[in-house]
Amino acid sequence: MKLSENWLREWVNPDFDVQVIAEKLTQAGLEVDSVSPVAGDFSGVLVGQVKSVVPHPDADKLRVCEVDVAADELLHIVCGASNVREGLKIPVAVIGAVLPGDFKIKQAKLRGEPSFGMLCSAKELGLAESSDGLLELPEDAPVGKDIRDYLALNDFTIEVDLTPNRSDCLGVAGIARELGVISRTNLTPVVINDVAATIQTAFPVSVEATQACPNYIGRVIENINPNAKTPLWMQEKLRRSGLRNISPVVDITNYVMLELGQPMHAFDLQKLQQAITVRFAKANEKLTLLDGQEVEIAEQTLIIADGSGPLALAGIMGGEASAVDSATTSLFLEAAFFAPNAIAGQARSYGLHTDSSHRFERGVDPELAQQAMQRATSLILEIVGGQAGPLTVVSEESALPETPQILLRANRIKRVLGIELEAAEVEEQLTRLGLEVTQVREGWLVIVPSFRFDINIEVDLIEELGRLYGYDRLPQTRPEISVLPGAISEKQLATERLQNLLVDRGYFEAITYSFVDPTLQKHFADSEAEPIKLANPISADLSVMRHSLWPGLVQAMVYNLNRQQERVRLFEVGRVFRGELANIDQQQCIGGLVYGDLKPEQWSETNRKVDFFDVKADVEALLALGNGSVEYRVEAHPALHPGQSARIYQDGKAVGWIGALHPKLNKPLGFTGKAYVFELALTVCLQSAIPKFTALSRYPAIRRDLALVVDNSVVAFEIEHCLKGIESDILKSIQLFDVYSGDGVELGKKSIAVAFHLQHGERTMTDDEVDALMLQITNKLQSELGAVVRT
Amino acid sequence: MAELSSQLLALKDIVEAAKTAIQNATDAKTLDNVRVEYLGKKGLITKYLNELGNLSAEERPLIGKEVNLAKQEVAGLTEARTKVLAEQAMHAALAAETVDVTLPGRNAEVGGLHPVTRTLQRIEQYFRQIGFQIAEGPEIEDGDHNFTALNIPESHPARAMHDTFYFNAEMLLRTHTSPVQIRVMEEQQPPLRIIAPGRVYRCDSDLTHTPMFHQVEGLMVDENVSFTDLKGILADFLQAFFEKPLNVRFRPSYFPFTEPSAEADIECVICGGEGCRVCSHTGWLEVLGCGMVHPKVFEHVNIDSEKYLGLAFGMGVERLAMLRYGVNDLRLFFENDLRFLRQFK
Repeated sequence: MKLSENWLREWVNPDFDVQVIAEKLTQAGLEVDSVSPVAGDFSGVLVGQVKSVVPHPDADKLRVCEVDVAADELLHIVCGASNVREGLKIPVAVIGAVLPGDFKIKQAKLRGEPSFGMLCSAKELGLAESSDGLLELPEDAPVGKDIRDYLALNDFTIEVDLTPNRSDCLGVAGIARELGVISRTNLTPVVINDVAATIQTAFPVSVEATQACPNYIGRVIENINPNAKTPLWMQEKLRRSGLRNISPVVDITNYVMLELGQPMHAFDLQKLQQAITVRFAKANEKLTLLDGQEVEIAEQTLIIADGSGPLALAGIMGGEASAVDSATTSLFLEAAFFAPNAIAGQARSYGLHTDSSHRFERGVDPELAQQAMQRATSLILEIVGGQAGPLTVVSEESALPETPQILLRANRIKRVLGIELEAAEVEEQLTRLGLEVTQVREGWLVIVPSFRFDINIEVDLIEELGRLYGYDRLPQTRPEISVLPGAISEKQLATERLQNLLVDRGYFEAITYSFVDPTLQKHFADSEAEPIKLANPISADLSVMRHSLWPGLVQAMVYNLNRQQERVRLFEVGRVFRGELANIDQQQCIGGLVYGDLKPEQWSETNRKVDFFDVKADVEALLALGNGSVEYRVEAHPALHPGQSARIYQDGKAVGWIGALHPKLNKPLGFTGKAYVFELALTVCLQSAIPKFTALSRYPAIRRDLALVVDNSVVAFEIEHCLKGIESDILKSIQLFDVYSGDGVELGKKSIAVAFHLQHGERTMTDDEVDALMLQITNKLQSELGAVVRT
Repeated sequence: MAELSSQLLALKDIVEAAKTAIQNATDAKTLDNVRVEYLGKKGLITKYLNELGNLSAEERPLIGKEVNLAKQEVAGLTEARTKVLAEQAMHAALAAETVDVTLPGRNAEVGGLHPVTRTLQRIEQYFRQIGFQIAEGPEIEDGDHNFTALNIPESHPARAMHDTFYFNAEMLLRTHTSPVQIRVMEEQQPPLRIIAPGRVYRCDSDLTHTPMFHQVEGLMVDENVSFTDLKGILADFLQAFFEKPLNVRFRPSYFPFTEPSAEADIECVICGGEGCRVCSHTGWLEVLGCGMVHPKVFEHVNIDSEKYLGLAFGMGVERLAMLRYGVNDLRLFFENDLRFLRQFK
């Protein structure tokens, strides 16, 4: 809601300057977004009158004028505007004037003709974005008067960003009422007199949808002057409220809406058939709106219709066919109350948002329609003339919103706000807001006026009291809190622990969007399942929910590679979305991507590219924080290199993947070189175990090494798995420490060296038992994996 | 006696020669050779000792004393020289092993947390200290939790203001972390104290909006909490977060799920309240929304609003991170440019 300071002061004039007004409104919950001057910064511009116009001797498009500014002599001014004519009153920037942009007016010669000043357009004075010719002033404008004074340009536009509950402030009257309460200043509202009918013409109205339209007022005005102009004062007020000037009748209805908050509509009476009906649309009804757009009207939309069909979307926008135009001589004026729930959401369903729908869907005071009709009638008669007919009122009282009666308890005020308020203050503030307050035993009984749609229950009143008392005046306290004992689970790691681990290992954390490009994501799909699609994505490349962290990480990598970052280590923690909408799995994952050299460039050692086992070490470190036995199984993932990827299992359950990105993805993803990625289910990584102490052995430990020759196809995991099957009370740990193939090892085979760490908890081991164990081990490896001990 | 004195004279020469040899020895081996030459079994001085028995009773003590003195002197000098040589050798070894300690260490790069995470962690840490627990909820939400239960019915203008991403008529991407309040209250009974950090989504993308961002929601439900407590909790938090005394102002506002509702502004941390571009010359920065839980919200989750009161708040994490670290472009948070991320080590 925009309104000018001057307009507001016509209604309530507290002794504050505009900045203080803005601050007070903001502090009362009507947030002022901006206070800006209504005109450019200029001086030395006077009201002038063109006394004569002659063509410029040397230029077709220029005219030479003699202009009266009530000075000793007429001013000789060259002007290029097409609307300059004898007798016209216009703003004149005289010698010494300074126009917006620090443009100084000096005596000049235009094509050889001297010029002593400049005739101005609205744009040149910062009154409009664009203008067509000179600003034409009314005939009664006083020649010689400073234009700033004449147009009251030392004024500010106050823009209030209203919250949707305060529909009562969508008019100057409402904001004035608030400011009156805040400043404890009495209002000086505009006087609205009933305009008696001077003709008997009426147009029949019937309301079928009485719940949606409990109150409809219509009035005929005939014989208006189609050539009348909107007076400058009204144009200026509309402009300062952000509205364009359209035509006198439309300007007047807009003016009344801005002033009182009641949207109105004017139909051209000659274009109406039979009778006005307010009803819901029927199937297949269409309407061409004022903005030229044709809409198919949905059946839940309330419309204004006549004998020929729909005329307007009620409370939203009128139709083109019945609109007032430059030939209109008689009007049918409408002022109605449409129930908020009948209008809410309707405008949006047509892609519309109008000043009218904005107000009706938030709630317009049902008692306002009549006042607005009288106010508009008198303005119309004043500005465009004509004769008014009687009011046609169709009203269904029972369908009007009830005015609630609310019990306000003193002790509840204390409980909610945290302080006690004086009874006198409660009563004064609520009364100034227009509420009827009666004292009762527990507090007060309050009757809410029809314009406050936001006050329905006790706490709504408490909020009013709180904001008028001033949130800033309320003390700050610390709550007396009951102790809520929370477990400090040792089995549950904090995500931070994992994040810190990766950070310490040189990774930077990325945060990428949860929605991705479906084409990109396809490259990473490990199943046929379709990703979950947004119905209204912001763009095609952010249109499906990610089912892996990889697309985002790869995009971030490519972004960085394109910016000369050649070493990339990124990780992300976030949800991935799998399954059907009806049954979505939105589990949290932790994933990483590594590209480029193992180490940052440095002076000491030859660097090398990162490889699978570098990244695997990071994954192992992550999983080592948790609990459970981890396996890396050779499985195929379409996005991963078939020879350098593994699916990760924990206690037999698949929990993630690791691998080099498949080289076939280089081209579509737009990078060269090898990138390694991993992704793990977060909850799994966060499951830890409580350490359990076992006594330290005081007896000597020994180590036995075995070099095993196996087929190339045997993987390390199989050896480990095989050895796990050995039950022994002296075998403490096994460690694989060398893999070799080449000289001395048969082709197609490899040698794997394994160390066995042996110790007994309660005594020294005997050679016999160690030998027996080693024999058992070699036998088992031989029989299960065909391993031969290399000597 | 002439022989005696000549013997002593010769001894003196030997000692002198030994001294020179010791002094000239520059390594342990040479020095040891010198020792053997003079003090070894067949050493020049040892020879004198061995021959003492051949001397007369008068000569023996006289010569014996001199020989012993000579032996002691040479032994002492040898030992001293050994020490000197050892020290020299150590010095030489150290010099040879000296490195340029100002060269950088190997593989020194440590990564960094995203500034949003840093900020989230600080917020969580603060509220944990005052007894709040962390709660989480789904990001793909239903309209009921995201709106209806929060007193934002179907046609409410506030729904339109949320720029919601929809999947279908019912499912959407949560537009705020407030539905986590509902999920917590559906499952737990008061007293409650939770914060819910996480990603939220709005269908809006321009200079100052990204379609995804982060919020932290806070909720406290107890028998005796009031609006002044809400002010206290948040003012304390904001001062702790920015680590300085800050003016905090509370303005009435509107959220369908709180009543009374407020927005909190802090004195501009860039200009200190003088007015600058960041605060649009107002001296104030809006940092969070808050209020007392609306009775209708309690009604949805079957909590007795006569018995319990609730306070709730929500803050934008990127906004706080921008102010804290002086980041001037929201979009940087999601570009993941390493040159940006490296600044938050």
